[in-house]
Amino acid sequence: MIDGNVIVSFISRAVLQGTPLLLGSTGEIITEKSGNLNLGIPGIMYTGAISGVIGGFFYQNSVSRVNTALAIIIPLLCCLAGSLLVSLIYSFLTVTLRANQNVTGLAITTFGVGIGNFFGGSLIKITGSAVPYLSLSSIAKAFKHTLPFASKLGWFGELFLNYGFMVYLAVIIALVASYILKHTHLGLQLRAVGESPATADAAGINVTAYKYFATCIGGMIAGLGGLYYVIDYSNGIWSNDGFGDRGWLAIALVIFAIWRPDMSILGSYLFGALYILPNYTSVSLQSLPLFEMLPYVVTVVVLITVSLRKKREHLPPASLGLSYFREER
Amino acid sequence: MNEQASAPRVRTRRQSLISITKRPAVPFVRAVAVRAVAILAALVIAGVVTILLTGENPISVYVTMFEGAFGSGPIIWKTFQDIAILLCTSLAVTPAFRMRFWNIGAEGQVLAGCLACAYAMYRFGGVIPEWLLMIIMAVFSVLAGAIFGLIPAVFKANWNTNETLFTLMMNYIAIQLVEFFLKIADKSGSNTVGPSILSHGWYPTLFGQKYLLNIIVAAVLTVLIFFYLNYTKHGYEISVVGESENTARYIGINVKKVIIRTMILSGAICGLVGLLIVGGTSHSIDSNIVGGRGFTAIMVSWLAKFNPVMMTLTSFLLVFLERGAGEVSTKFGFNASFSDIISGIILFFIIGCEFFINYQVHINAGRKRAGEPEKEVSGQ
Repeated sequence: MIDGNVIVSFISRAVLQGTPLLLGSTGEIITEKSGNLNLGIPGIMYTGAISGVIGGFFYQNSVSRVNTALAIIIPLLCCLAGSLLVSLIYSFLTVTLRANQNVTGLAITTFGVGIGNFFGGSLIKITGSAVPYLSLSSIAKAFKHTLPFASKLGWFGELFLNYGFMVYLAVIIALVASYILKHTHLGLQLRAVGESPATADAAGINVTAYKYFATCIGGMIAGLGGLYYVIDYSNGIWSNDGFGDRGWLAIALVIFAIWRPDMSILGSYLFGALYILPNYTSVSLQSLPLFEMLPYVVTVVVLITVSLRKKREHLPPASLGLSYFREER
Repeated sequence: MNEQASAPRVRTRRQSLISITKRPAVPFVRAVAVRAVAILAALVIAGVVTILLTGENPISVYVTMFEGAFGSGPIIWKTFQDIAILLCTSLAVTPAFRMRFWNIGAEGQVLAGCLACAYAMYRFGGVIPEWLLMIIMAVFSVLAGAIFGLIPAVFKANWNTNETLFTLMMNYIAIQLVEFFLKIADKSGSNTVGPSILSHGWYPTLFGQKYLLNIIVAAVLTVLIFFYLNYTKHGYEISVVGESENTARYIGINVKKVIIRTMILSGAICGLVGLLIVGGTSHSIDSNIVGGRGFTAIMVSWLAKFNPVMMTLTSFLLVFLERGAGEVSTKFGFNASFSDIISGIILFFIIGCEFFINYQVHINAGRKRAGEPEKEVSGQ
């Protein structure tokens, strides 16, 4: 017999697990819609996370009593600034200097993961703690504020109301991004840049500006995913490499969501569910890796299906991965 | 331009201080000079970052880097071993890149080779004669790599499935397959299966040097790939497909066949690298045994402009950086990720400098018109 409470807790944990993926994939979708395949997303998520952690760490250590509003705003701003900087490096190299996107993205990932682990490690050293992690408990508490009456509403409260604000923020960002991409002039122009920059250029759209804009916004959103993971999901505990391969999973999710942020909401919770499913089933330890392979296999299947069906709106942006140089048309 | 005036929502710069044109042909000296300047600048910046983060004297940092790569006999051998493995992986991805098939799955293909090799050692070790085991290991590894290369290629060739994303996903499938193998082969639940279990089928050490075999393989492979790409019909077909699939079709090249054949080759060489790693050197396997080399190889190949001979230099550079920065972090007591930051910074410079090789920047060309705002180019 399956207990109702188990299902509720399973779903809510899937949501928690899926939220970093949702932010990462929403960011990457916006980026890819401009034709930039940013493989640096895993690095950007690490950088965003550590920037927020650094901000939060110094704030938490500098005051005796943590102000909730500041405890949220400082890490958020630091996170946005950090991920913006790294996204700017990527944009400068690929858009202005027209470097190869794959190579640049991979370099960004090396760099970003290095930044995360290096500064994470240094902070751990500063605290002089014996354990290999860093704890920002009061910052985490501020992030995890839930509605006061949520716990009184039974399963409904636990399922829909019992999360920190970033879970809702992620959904809102995804919905807004989805709306902008689909229904606004801005979104139309952005998609035009990603599909055919030469055409967009001829129509008077500033291709460079759109590419910069989309990549930076996308990077900042993805960075929030990293921050959420550390501060909220892990209760403010930074441990090196703790974020794992979620950045790549976010890139996988872009395909799964066929480049639609609203689909990505469902997709990320599904991936989150797949992530934690082994804890809820009697999977033997041996076949656990096969379970963990599922998200990637599913993604490959979606990628293949999409290319087989050849529906225009489901395909990757046509100029994805290519630099644009006006005089090469 | 008139068409831009008719699009009211968009502001354009009619006259820009900077205009950019593509250079028709790049003199060799200039290309080398730009890269040298970039690497120097990168080293300076990396030095500055090191000083800022650590307060050490820059000279001692550079000396330490050098020691980390060439400090003693065994260290030099290890450095060359790293170069050999990285170079082989880079050679593996190169044919596909020349074809503009963005195979970023070398990590997974090498890992598949490692896994197949380890499986053969685990399954047949001690059961069959050593020489036969070695052959089986080689066949398994190469086949596994080739299959991992073949799968995305088939879909790319027939249905134009995005190969970058496909091969990226295959990496993680390979990682989880290895994890699965680890759980099967070592019931204790450890994260690595070592020489005590994989005790058979070790490739011989030549002249008492553990790494010599790998280095020889890398050297031979460099020559072979250079020859294959530049002096054979296959190599020619790869280049044509890379330049333009339509042209290739027009002159009667079977594009599908070329894509699939080239990716089988790419994957097979990756599988061979897996064999060298597990059967030739480590005699152990874990899911991180490739250690990102599959990704680094992409940079090595690209930085060398897909030229196998130049790749010996670029792989040397990247290995030097990695080992040097690794030594710096050990000696000065930083976290090992320090080397990633330094490698990242240097890569940014090398990646960025290609622009100044391939494009000409005209400053204050008032009559010409270009879409690049000034500030974006002035950063270098």
